[in-house]
Amino acid sequence: MPYLGSEDTVRELRRHLSNPNVQSDPLRYRSSILKVIRAMSQGVDVAGLFSEMVKACATVDIVQKKLVYVFLCSYATLNPELSLLVINTLRKDCQDPNPMVRSLALRNMVNLRLPSLAEYVEQPLSAGLRDRAACVRRVAVLGWAKLHNLQPASEIDAAVVNELYGLLRDPDPVVMVNCLRALEEILKEEGGMAINKPITHHLLNRLGQLDVWGQCEVLRVLQRYRPQSESELFDILSLLDASLVSPHPPVMAATLSLFLVLCPDLPAVSFAALERVRGPLLAACGSASRETRFTALCHIQLLLRSLPGLMGAHYKRFFCGYAEPAYIKQRKMQVLVELVNDDNVAMLLDELRGYCTDVNADTAQAAISAIGRIGRSYSDQCLQILTGLLGLQQEHITSAVVQTMRDLVWVCPQCSDTVCSALEGCEETLQDSQGRQALLWLLAVHGERVRSAPYTLEGFIDGVRGEASPGVKMELLTTTMRLFVCRPAETQDMLGRLLHHCIEEETDMCVRDQALLYYRLLRCGMEETRRVLGGRRSEPSLGVLIGRPAEPISQWASSFNTLEPLKQGAGETETTGRASPQHVTFDLDSDLSDTLNSGAGGFSFSPAGVQAPPLTLSLSPALSPEEFERLWTQRRAPPAEEGAEELDYVCLEERIRCPAVPHCSPQSLQAAMQLVNIQTLAFTAAHASPWRVYLYTHAQQAARSALILGQLLYAGEDEDEDEAGLSEGPSPRGREEEVKVTLKQRPRDEKALQGFLSILTAVLHTLPFNTH
Amino acid sequence: MISQVFILSSQGDHLIYKDFRGEAGSDVVGVFYEKVTALTGDQPPVVMNHGDLHFVHVRQGGLYWVATTTADSSPFTLIEFLNRLAALVKDYCGSLCEKSVQMNFALIYELLDEVVDYGYIQTTSSDVLKNFIQTEAVCSKPFSLFDLSNVGLFGAETQQSKVAPSSAATRPVQSSREQGGKSEIFVDVIERMSVVIGSNGVVMKADVEGEIRVKCFMPSCSEMRIGLNEEFSIGKSQIRGYGAAVRVDECSFHQAVRLDEFSSSRILRLCPSPGEQTVMQYQLSDELPSAPPFRLYPTIERDSGGRLLMYLKLRCDLLPRSAAINVCVTIPVPRGSVSVSQELSSPDQSAELKLQSRAIEWRIPRFPGGTQLSALFKLEAPALGPAPLMEVGPVVLAFELPHLTVTGLQIRFLRLSPVQPGPSQRWIRYVTHSDSYVIRV
Repeated sequence: MPYLGSEDTVRELRRHLSNPNVQSDPLRYRSSILKVIRAMSQGVDVAGLFSEMVKACATVDIVQKKLVYVFLCSYATLNPELSLLVINTLRKDCQDPNPMVRSLALRNMVNLRLPSLAEYVEQPLSAGLRDRAACVRRVAVLGWAKLHNLQPASEIDAAVVNELYGLLRDPDPVVMVNCLRALEEILKEEGGMAINKPITHHLLNRLGQLDVWGQCEVLRVLQRYRPQSESELFDILSLLDASLVSPHPPVMAATLSLFLVLCPDLPAVSFAALERVRGPLLAACGSASRETRFTALCHIQLLLRSLPGLMGAHYKRFFCGYAEPAYIKQRKMQVLVELVNDDNVAMLLDELRGYCTDVNADTAQAAISAIGRIGRSYSDQCLQILTGLLGLQQEHITSAVVQTMRDLVWVCPQCSDTVCSALEGCEETLQDSQGRQALLWLLAVHGERVRSAPYTLEGFIDGVRGEASPGVKMELLTTTMRLFVCRPAETQDMLGRLLHHCIEEETDMCVRDQALLYYRLLRCGMEETRRVLGGRRSEPSLGVLIGRPAEPISQWASSFNTLEPLKQGAGETETTGRASPQHVTFDLDSDLSDTLNSGAGGFSFSPAGVQAPPLTLSLSPALSPEEFERLWTQRRAPPAEEGAEELDYVCLEERIRCPAVPHCSPQSLQAAMQLVNIQTLAFTAAHASPWRVYLYTHAQQAARSALILGQLLYAGEDEDEDEAGLSEGPSPRGREEEVKVTLKQRPRDEKALQGFLSILTAVLHTLPFNTH
Repeated sequence: MISQVFILSSQGDHLIYKDFRGEAGSDVVGVFYEKVTALTGDQPPVVMNHGDLHFVHVRQGGLYWVATTTADSSPFTLIEFLNRLAALVKDYCGSLCEKSVQMNFALIYELLDEVVDYGYIQTTSSDVLKNFIQTEAVCSKPFSLFDLSNVGLFGAETQQSKVAPSSAATRPVQSSREQGGKSEIFVDVIERMSVVIGSNGVVMKADVEGEIRVKCFMPSCSEMRIGLNEEFSIGKSQIRGYGAAVRVDECSFHQAVRLDEFSSSRILRLCPSPGEQTVMQYQLSDELPSAPPFRLYPTIERDSGGRLLMYLKLRCDLLPRSAAINVCVTIPVPRGSVSVSQELSSPDQSAELKLQSRAIEWRIPRFPGGTQLSALFKLEAPALGPAPLMEVGPVVLAFELPHLTVTGLQIRFLRLSPVQPGPSQRWIRYVTHSDSYVIRV
């Protein structure tokens, strides 16, 4: 067949079909027709055979009839005139004693999709609605929907609509479901069929007789129903409870969807429903069909957005099978990242570590970035694994690890020490531009702590001529500039060479422009350069110890059981970016940064009233949350010993009047603190009571450095004195607007502490009043 | 709502194309094939869109089964439908492959016509469909060496005449009606196990997914009773009888199964419809009733010549009278491995280095329980990384355990009523497959 042109094929087939000898032999005739259909489904244009096929339609052989109808329905729209010839045969068949012939004729009459035939079709359709055989009624009901969509402009016949409503009580379940479908289509403009109480209850009562597909259809239609009373609602819910745990995933998903729509105001009920579907969803995750597995995984991700603890105990069900395709493995890893907790973190990381050496590079990279995500809460274990992977010295693994480390350091500044020491020497393994960009970014931000940073850069700059990626070149420019600011002696020479190359020889405009910008910036002087380049080193909007807040169910309820969740690419891990965070200074709420800038001369680095060398705050060396906790509790020593330690450290408590603080969002608080180099380490959510923030910084004044740990406490209107413990008695007025500040410093340095306190006060006063 | 359904071969040949709603042209078939072949490995291919049209597809039998639809359709429904459609085609055509679909296209068009109307799924029950489907399946019987020798079930060498040939169940359902095909019924208990064994030999994860599948070629069969082990229990708390309990965590049944005798005597009653159906599905997680079937004791070292020596001892912990067949051990090896020389303990085993998947495949055709096999692989790798041992493993085993269920589920009896006139045969088959059997080294 493929060697014949379609014209030859058609000619050959026509010869066969019109050969009287063939026509007289039913078997040969049928096989000729088969050939036509075969050619048709292979994509050959056989429209030219229409008239021959019309003739073949008049037969008693049902199989032949069916074949011819397949052909006619495909080509009728091209031959409306010739199709008129068929209609007589079809109408005659509609009177046939055999219900199968009747339903076949009725179905194909409408499937011809010819508006001009509508007048011939209506009468058999009306008769079909009252046919004895259920299979004819099924076809007739849907036939009306087809007919309506053929002539959308035509009036809806109220009598037909009424008849269709009446057929909702048909004994045949498929006829009933088809009525629903037809009415939904016919009454689309009016917003679909009326779903009132009697219809709803009728449908619910017949749910048990329907097959899986019918149940799904009914459940979907019922989403529009609003129960009139709470007791009715609960009646419906308890009726549907059995299908919520149905072993058929379509029914389970449709029921849950209905649950979520019916009770948006009853979160407890919705959460209970989510708990109920856990079993069936997990079963679907282990289904033999990989597509079903994938769908279930995507929907589990939705559920986890609102109920992060839902699958915690079942994390092993999300371990990847060896032979599973990469896209399922990646989804499973995304789910695993969500499920991590103190009990399973060791097992999970062990499992994920195994995937990192997967033959499939995509899977390996996904596993590495999953470890990075877990690293945000369990940084030590994860960094250990990631550093170990660098030892493999494999190109794609090293690249993924460096990118992951970059993302991790951006949100967890306390990891930077480990990362810096791990970076040494991995530039030799890195080949792809993504990985090298990530390495350069890390060197730019933490270059002062990587011993070999200038040598690494030198290697890059020597090879810049052969560098193809403009992204790497631009990153290289920025990195060299930033390293120049903190290590001028080692980098001056290579910076000169790099700028020269990029300005004189580079052809990519973006790279050249950036080089020119830096060149001009350097001419403005070192102070200016430092000010422009001194970007931030970590994500400003992240609370370290708070997990992702649980979203309300309504956020995703409407996309549940649609194709939407399956389409969202690799999801959240991808949004954190395969691109390095920008080196620009973070764009704060404009009013906040204005206030800070205008006040900067007044307080920030040389607090008024303290005529001393200027006070600088610095974030490094970084303090891990565990370290902070140890130091904090250690300094809560009993007061008796305080005298002995007097020299070593000081504890200070102060109350600051600041109405905005407990109401402002964690993001803006952290952003504000970051601006003056105070690291917030942990905080409770906004509006929580008591509301706390832990923070630290290193105060440097005239070559002396002191670590300051701080706690902000706002206990709310009914402040509990015993709990606060260290308070020195309530202030008489405006107590609810005060934030208690507890500061601990080592070594003792009163002036620096006072200076810090004034900075802190100033920052707190600039906070925007954020009422959600 | 389904707009179109089409079936493509893996090379993109159009096998079946059916447009239900006339909303899009047939050119979308080409669009779909371009999209699906352009995907890289990590992109989820299940759902793709082309403008407003969404493609949902499953792969079965090496074919693409595609439905086009709108965005608000239920993915569960569509995927379940496509799987069901593939199962129906398999029932009616005997087997599922490009050739059988090509030969039976008329039958498949007829099926599609009855199953879906105007994009709405009408019925997929083979009980209903058998009244409407008129075309007879064209069955290809390729010449096969398997037909000549008396190779038993699943390739096992059981020369007993009471075992049906493995191809017995791959035939069209309808032939039983006219062609005087034997009236037979097959009840298969199929379990898939996924196991992770840590490097210290501790079982870290062990899941079993099982199902009882009935394949019926009976012209008339009003009721069938399947008796399970009396000690069969569901859930953690419930314990029955005094013998070794057969326990599963969760269990679900086909909606046609009547369970009135289940709680008392563990009997499932159903009226099987022609063709294949899954009567019961069950899962067991974390607790296998017996030891995992395979253990591996690896020793891996680097010798002075830069070669990697891997000495593997593999033990099969099944009972001596049963055996695993078609065992394939996949051992990932470090990058830069060039060739392997091997010493295997018997000539019927084989091993080779697959450079593309970077792994050694060690094949063992038959592995009796209670025995131990060993193999020595010398891996030639001139450019080994600094930590090659980290790159070895995890070892993956693929195998079949015929006549065996891991959970211990057995079928006590299978009764048909009314008693069939004429000769009828009832077959009960057990098999356990490895879904993913991973041993860390």
